[in-house]
Amino acid sequence: MKKLISLTVNGKVYEVAVKPNQTLVDFLRGELDLIGTKKGCEVGDCGSCTVLMDGRPVNSCLVLVVQANGRKIQTIEGLEGPQGLHPIQKAFVDKGAIQCGFCTPGMILTAKSLLENNPRPDREEIRKAISGNLCRCTGYQKIVDAIEAASQDMANQ
Amino acid sequence: MKDYSVINQRAPRLDAPDKATGRARYVDDLTLPGMLYGAILHSPLPHAKILNIDTSKAARLPGVKAVVTAKEAGLVKYGVSPARYDETLFCYDKVRYVGDEVAAVAAVDMETAQEALSLIEVDYEELPAVFTIEEAMAEGAPVIHEDFPRNICAEVHQEFGHVEAAFKECDLIRTDKFINKRQESAALEPHGCIADYDYLGNLTLYTSTQTPHYVMRTVAMVLGIPVGKVRVVKPYVGGGFGSKAEGTPAEMSAALLSRLTGKPVKVVYGREEVFMHGRSRHQFIHEMTLGVKKDGTLMALKHKCYLDGGAYTSFGIATVYYAGSMLGGPYKLPNMKYDGYRVYTNKPACGAQRGHGAVAARALFEQQLDIIAEELGIDPIELRLKNVMSRGDVTCNELNMSSLGMKECIEAVREGSQWSKKKGKLPKGKGIGMACGFFVSGAGYPIYRSETYHSTATIKLSEDGGTVNLYTASAEIGQGSDTVLAMIAAEALGVRLTDVKVYSGDTEFGVDLGAYSSRQTLMSGHAVKEAAEAARKQVVESVADELGLSPEDIDVREGKVIFKNGDVDFTPIRERYIKEHRGWTDHPKGPYLTFREAARLAYLKKGVIVGTGKYKPPKLGGGFKGAAVGTSPAYGCSAEVVEVTVDLETGHVVIDDMTDAHDCGFAINRTSVEGQMQGSLSMGLGEALFEEVKFDRNGRILNPNLSEYKIPTSLDVPEIKTIIVESNEPNGPFGAKEVGEGAIMPTIPAILNAVYDAVGARVFELPLLPERVYMAIKQKRQYKE
Repeated sequence: MKKLISLTVNGKVYEVAVKPNQTLVDFLRGELDLIGTKKGCEVGDCGSCTVLMDGRPVNSCLVLVVQANGRKIQTIEGLEGPQGLHPIQKAFVDKGAIQCGFCTPGMILTAKSLLENNPRPDREEIRKAISGNLCRCTGYQKIVDAIEAASQDMANQ
Repeated sequence: MKDYSVINQRAPRLDAPDKATGRARYVDDLTLPGMLYGAILHSPLPHAKILNIDTSKAARLPGVKAVVTAKEAGLVKYGVSPARYDETLFCYDKVRYVGDEVAAVAAVDMETAQEALSLIEVDYEELPAVFTIEEAMAEGAPVIHEDFPRNICAEVHQEFGHVEAAFKECDLIRTDKFINKRQESAALEPHGCIADYDYLGNLTLYTSTQTPHYVMRTVAMVLGIPVGKVRVVKPYVGGGFGSKAEGTPAEMSAALLSRLTGKPVKVVYGREEVFMHGRSRHQFIHEMTLGVKKDGTLMALKHKCYLDGGAYTSFGIATVYYAGSMLGGPYKLPNMKYDGYRVYTNKPACGAQRGHGAVAARALFEQQLDIIAEELGIDPIELRLKNVMSRGDVTCNELNMSSLGMKECIEAVREGSQWSKKKGKLPKGKGIGMACGFFVSGAGYPIYRSETYHSTATIKLSEDGGTVNLYTASAEIGQGSDTVLAMIAAEALGVRLTDVKVYSGDTEFGVDLGAYSSRQTLMSGHAVKEAAEAARKQVVESVADELGLSPEDIDVREGKVIFKNGDVDFTPIRERYIKEHRGWTDHPKGPYLTFREAARLAYLKKGVIVGTGKYKPPKLGGGFKGAAVGTSPAYGCSAEVVEVTVDLETGHVVIDDMTDAHDCGFAINRTSVEGQMQGSLSMGLGEALFEEVKFDRNGRILNPNLSEYKIPTSLDVPEIKTIIVESNEPNGPFGAKEVGEGAIMPTIPAILNAVYDAVGARVFELPLLPERVYMAIKQKRQYKE
């Protein structure tokens, strides 16, 4: 029997009936066509499904959508603004931090949460913050470069 | 030094904004109207006869639209190399590993499909299974494939020069063994596809693949669909690293189910299924006997290798050849004997993974060089410099080093890592090590015997607006090939990168063998360059004809037409263009005729402007058996220095620093070259320190997930210093050759050599788990006492 919940996704309120065993990632991808959030393992090991829930990064494959009732979710699609790319997105593009791109949405959202809590992280702090987001392509270096550059860019704004 | 306007710089990738914003659609992000969900039934047993399959209950489940087994699929055998077509889509007489495909269903949703799988009843009669090379080759061992006694899938025996005779002239001969473990590509995106079979008999297969061309051929062959009616379209792909370089049961099941149901069918692997599918790095057991003169000159190598290949061949024939052939360079080695055996076992098949068969071999060889250097009292870098090949040299197995910046790479890392300040001067527990490597820049021959071009390309100029549309069947899998090819097209045509649009990864666009063997920059790049030059020729001719000039008087650069001999009045061309665009606000102006105007003029004169290009390497290699594997029009090479800290009480290894120099011939996109170097090094680091696919005694994978199969996180990979060396490869477009696979080669041995430097004990088995390193330290201590 479905449950009626209300959640905000990228600033829009959704009142929906959902199966109690549906995960947040499947809801976002399947019901809202927000396919930017990826499924790499479905058991919370890889971080590809990272979204921000009330500002905190979570593995959306481990969150039941009913647990998101009353909460604010931000996915990668919610990051760009009326001016275009978010500074973190821009930095990822400029610094070559994106290769296959599968880890990218999760990585960017984790970075956003980091910079909101710690606007001037050093490289070690950046590495620690993204250690739950696996990347097989880049070796992480240009991702760290991008997050560092974004923090400087955002500090200057 | 030539002055280029687009290439040899940093360029932001064309696909980066879509990936950064969630617009990029990978195969599981696609939905087609009426789409069904397919799922595959895998064998729970490692080796068993199939006595009976009853699908009736599954077929009756509401929501199930089709159930298929070998009965519907047929028994056409396939594989990667035609010499070893040893798989059928579904097992019919027996299953050969836990994961072997037995049946598939299509249903209205995944839950129903999974439930249907649980209703398929298969009666098995278990057979004894073999899980190691020893077990598989033992007298009386169960045979996995009837035609292959003792489970030897493939054997290689090669000798170049005279090894035994050469050993007699050696002052030092050293024998060592090395063993790595089965590894997993662990691309973040699982395999998946959507097959759409229409009522006209056309199949469109959207699939996460490195090789649309090979997938097209396999699907057509296995399902008996005319190949001209099979179209493979590659959406965005989340990595491959070798595991997505062949036709998969997912693709063939989906196509079969779509044909039967008349609906599109999606099949996507879960992570556990990805592990069960395998097709990643083999386990290798290497034994090498290396002989040198006391001044360090390399004389002869006797090399024996056993590969644990799993239940089917996949790329394995190429693998067992590469394991031997890739030691012919980058050092002068006049005598080399290689005996290789690839063995079947009841485990998932192993295939090709970044660096293919050469990675484990390089790991042992480069350790031996260090051991020999120490025994002779020569610095390991000096020993290598003494023996390196240079441009124009040919290996004993007839591989031609048309360019080889090996010396430059070694010197660059020696300098860049401050080797001389550190080597021999670090405290116990800290170590510095180095190694070299090289690899093909594209396999010299396609997987199937053929005269086919390896890459074709088509460029069509837009009739208005000066846009350059590049159509290529090459596969962008994350490595950056779309942007590299766009840059090559822009440079060759004389336009800006922003003028180029890339359409790729679709078999309708031509032939491209795909992203494997590190080939696309060189091979696809050549085809693209030729297509661009052909299009440019037509534009230049049109302008020349219009203005009464000779084509030699005209150049195109950065989207502008340059008249080489003084000022030329092109106003009539501009006026006609502006007249055609009355009311527009962006009329061309300024002192230069624009490419936009020139391309439009060409269209008006000639019609659609299309340039085509094609590339096939010349006939390469010697005449001996297996000579083809290892041939390439060019070879990338690299050197690496790694610094480690080893905890002497626990054996825990931390990589502190990595300095890498890679000769890519000529960097088309500098940022992408660095990215591939850093990615390769992180993969090598993972293989050295953590990665191992483990099995239980029933052939089931113990760690089919990304928490227990540990790939490096951001905390494991240090800052990597990358140095690009450019040797200008004559066989490469603009001098470019590979980086994507070759860069991994020195990583494992550089780490092993650094660990030895840190603790004085050698480890010859991967991964370097703390226990393993600790035991090596302990044994060395015991030996000393």
